[in-house]
Amino acid sequence: MTIANQQNVATPVAREDLLRIEHLKVEYLAGRGSVRAVDDVTFSVGKGEVIGLAGESGSGKSTIAQAILRILQPPAIITGGHVYFEGKDVLAMSDRQLRDFRWEGVSMVFQSAMNSLSPVATIGMQIVDGIQAHRKVSDSEARRMAAELLEIVGIEGNRIDSYPHQLSGGMRQRAVIAIALALQPPLMIMDEPTTALDVVVQREILAKITELKEQFGFSILFITHDMSLLVEISDRIAIMYAGEIIEMAPSRELFEHPLHPYTQGLMESFPALTGPRRKLEGIPGSPPDLISPPSGCRFHPRCPKRFGPCDSVRTKLVEVRPGHLVACHLYAEEFASAIQRDAPRSEVADGQ
Amino acid sequence: MASSNQVANDLVMDVRGLTKRFPVGGPRDKREVHAVQDATFSIPRQEIVTLVGESGSGKSTTARLIARLIEPTEGEILYNGVDILKNEKNASLSYRSDVQMVFQDPFGSLNPAHTVEYILERPLKIHKKTRGRKETRDRIYELLDTVGLGPAAEVAAKFPYELSGGQRQRVAFARALSVEPKVMLADEPVSMLDVSIRAGVLNLMKRLADEQGLSFLYITHDIASARYIADKTNVMYAGRMVESAESTELVEKPAHPYTKLLLSAVPNPHAGLRTREVHTRGEIPSLIDPPPGCPFAPRCPHVMPVCREVMPPPVTISPGHWVRCHLYDGEPLDSVGT
Amino acid sequence: MGSAIQTINASGQTDLGQMQPTSEPDAPLRKAKRASGFIGLLRQNRKASVGAVIIVFFLILAIFGPYIVPYDATKIVGRRHEAPSMDHWFGTDGSGKDVFSQTVVGARLSIATGLIVGGIVTIVGIIIGMSAGYFRGKVDDILSTLTNVMLIIPGLPLLIVLAAFLPAGFWSIVFVLSVTGWAYGARVLRSQTMALREKDFVASAVVAGESKPRIILREVLPNMMSIVVAGLFGAVNYAIGAQAGLEFLGLGNPSNISWGTNLYWAQNNGALLLGAWWTLIPSGLCIALVAFGFSMINYAIDEVTNPRLRSQRQTASILKGQPGRIRSSRATPVIRDESEKRG
Repeated sequence: MTIANQQNVATPVAREDLLRIEHLKVEYLAGRGSVRAVDDVTFSVGKGEVIGLAGESGSGKSTIAQAILRILQPPAIITGGHVYFEGKDVLAMSDRQLRDFRWEGVSMVFQSAMNSLSPVATIGMQIVDGIQAHRKVSDSEARRMAAELLEIVGIEGNRIDSYPHQLSGGMRQRAVIAIALALQPPLMIMDEPTTALDVVVQREILAKITELKEQFGFSILFITHDMSLLVEISDRIAIMYAGEIIEMAPSRELFEHPLHPYTQGLMESFPALTGPRRKLEGIPGSPPDLISPPSGCRFHPRCPKRFGPCDSVRTKLVEVRPGHLVACHLYAEEFASAIQRDAPRSEVADGQ
Repeated sequence: MASSNQVANDLVMDVRGLTKRFPVGGPRDKREVHAVQDATFSIPRQEIVTLVGESGSGKSTTARLIARLIEPTEGEILYNGVDILKNEKNASLSYRSDVQMVFQDPFGSLNPAHTVEYILERPLKIHKKTRGRKETRDRIYELLDTVGLGPAAEVAAKFPYELSGGQRQRVAFARALSVEPKVMLADEPVSMLDVSIRAGVLNLMKRLADEQGLSFLYITHDIASARYIADKTNVMYAGRMVESAESTELVEKPAHPYTKLLLSAVPNPHAGLRTREVHTRGEIPSLIDPPPGCPFAPRCPHVMPVCREVMPPPVTISPGHWVRCHLYDGEPLDSVGT
Repeated sequence: MGSAIQTINASGQTDLGQMQPTSEPDAPLRKAKRASGFIGLLRQNRKASVGAVIIVFFLILAIFGPYIVPYDATKIVGRRHEAPSMDHWFGTDGSGKDVFSQTVVGARLSIATGLIVGGIVTIVGIIIGMSAGYFRGKVDDILSTLTNVMLIIPGLPLLIVLAAFLPAGFWSIVFVLSVTGWAYGARVLRSQTMALREKDFVASAVVAGESKPRIILREVLPNMMSIVVAGLFGAVNYAIGAQAGLEFLGLGNPSNISWGTNLYWAQNNGALLLGAWWTLIPSGLCIALVAFGFSMINYAIDEVTNPRLRSQRQTASILKGQPGRIRSSRATPVIRDESEKRG
């Protein structure tokens, strides 16, 4: 069994979408109420697609990733919605089925490699463990596969017997990618895979990930707060705020025409490397309390463009340009006339 | 804000040949980590100067040396023209009131056991800046106002865990400001904050530099934010300073191969390319007993035999712009530089 | 919220990376109220309540007991080894003294020993442990060596040797227990100090110009309080038990009345041979109960300060009432809210 060109089992129902998330809701139960970490989120990932999920702390993006694999621990519980992978309902799977699903269907690369790698086992052993947990292969065969994987991700084969602490940060992250790649899952979820790395190493890892994707054809759900990365590597981007998706579009389109004021604010927050030094605005205020989020649009207390209905009417994702969805009353037809009235700009929350 | 001709006494901080070596391993182990080697730079009055570098570059260590949290192995730190290392064995109270620091981790730099009021009160009391409860409290509220936190009375009564990351950093700035310092050392103050919050804190730093006449040493790995707020940028690699220039000039005309690599690696959606060529492989070298010569030699696409033997000396290639690279040895000096 | 999902009564925390209890949404922002967050949590914790009730009971007993006992514990008031009866609730001992009165009066010395030794050991542990942990270098070398020596020497033989040389009595025992009991706590506090020392808020305090003693006592120590308190209670337990042990071996002053000397006399007068269980059990049970009480409080402190333990209890509450399949699975539970549509 070689690693190369080994696609997964046939799906029961051939669908375009590899992964479909519908109206997913995840809550954390806390003393004074429950935190709605993910509130009615719907999106899908197609075969060979790279979907970027962007958001800041408390947006719910990491929670979604862990909910898909069902590795969230109570007090987090999934309270609604569906997750379909290759047509199968993940939320209804038994432990047995979940075991097959995880790592063979979907694998995950976490933010800090030191959190995912056991410090007391060599990386070779960890890859072998991952393989043998799902496939019946001999030790020597598994080891051979591991060595091949390491070469694929760009680690010299002779490092197979190194411990994580003997590797640099970039190499550790490559090792984690190797483990995630071991069973050639059709979908890989990457949660801030390069955030803890230096920018030069980050660039190399991203290049490697893209190369691997071209070679093996897997889809990626790429989660990060760094928008500029996403524009470079993803096909489509979804922006999350306070547990909801507030904008979703192909990446170029999003970059050139950000519609939601939050997205616009995010774009404004990155200092440009070239061009004139204009003042960065950022977004005033703080992320909302998810136990009792603001009424109406969750972003309205911090929005420089809010008007009449924003503090009372909930927003919905609507397609405003081809392939470009946004959840904002500025683009809702029923309020078009209200916008014309040119409501005065209200003060936004003070103190970040 | 920037002025290219600095007169000597216009430098509030002048660091020369700063070196720090840490012993590694047990008492019988002779090896040393060369965290910072021969760092030389200056902070002109009322300007923002940056140290840019990745992990292992020595930038944080340099800040701690200037803050006198640790003592250097070699080198001089001239504050207002006086070598404070020779002058005082340990940092004096007056040095501490002049040179303050803000740290990277907003979740670790405020003591979770104390309220904001206590945290801001202590420096005032230690340096006897105010007298009596009322004056102290008024000053605390004033400080909170300056950093954009309000309502002051409410915030002062809170514990750190009740504040967001951005708010905590502002409290950290307020604490540093309370002693009316002349120099602020900011060690990656926004790296751990959400992107949308960073702009506010960066703008706060700029405002403080303008309004209060503070000099800043801004430490970061993000060269774009360096260009945004700093007048002058110094690039560090593996404990060495390799290039120094006015910020925009550095970004537009980088000289050192490492600076070029750094710039090419910054994600830039404006560039429009999916993946860019990665010019080098390899990682930052070990800092333990490093070999002689330029530390970038193993990764440099332009490496020459001399690079592995001799550390290049600083060469000025244009006014205010020097670089340590053998590619520029023997370049004609243009005009009077720094 | 009116849904099928129970929300948990005990104050929890939002699992978004914060480690401390959350405050009430619109509580007045006074310092006292916030500090009570920790105490408040403790009060709601059942283990803490049980433990506190027991300890308070014994404290009251120790302070006021001797004034309300039916008999003078030092006088002979009945026949020897009378079984418990209405006259003598716990019967009489080998000399004819009332066991109930002895037990109650004995509480005072035993608990006093526990508290005094616990206090001394904790303070010494803080001084030595934190100095070693904060200053490192030579200071650490010397203090750590001292600590390690005290740890290596076998405790009981040392106790016995020291007690044998000193004049028998309450203060000798206090001295002996203090000398042998401080090392363990000092070690723990040293490593905790070393960890906290690296935090940025300590560096901030240094940069602000705080003096070293103030940093240790006002910046580092408050963040270690749960360990210090747990150590204190553990030390009290140790002292009460060790004192009883020493006295049982005859190294105390037999004319004092404490739980340990009660046991000593019971043994001396052949209680087991004669079947006079009532002379042994009360004092023994008291020691056990006090130890139990302090241990409960320690467990509770652990739970309150360690969010993971707390959320385990919350988890159990959430999963109560779910089918067995979900309860035994380690995957994220899917509990749909069918009754109302959210939003």
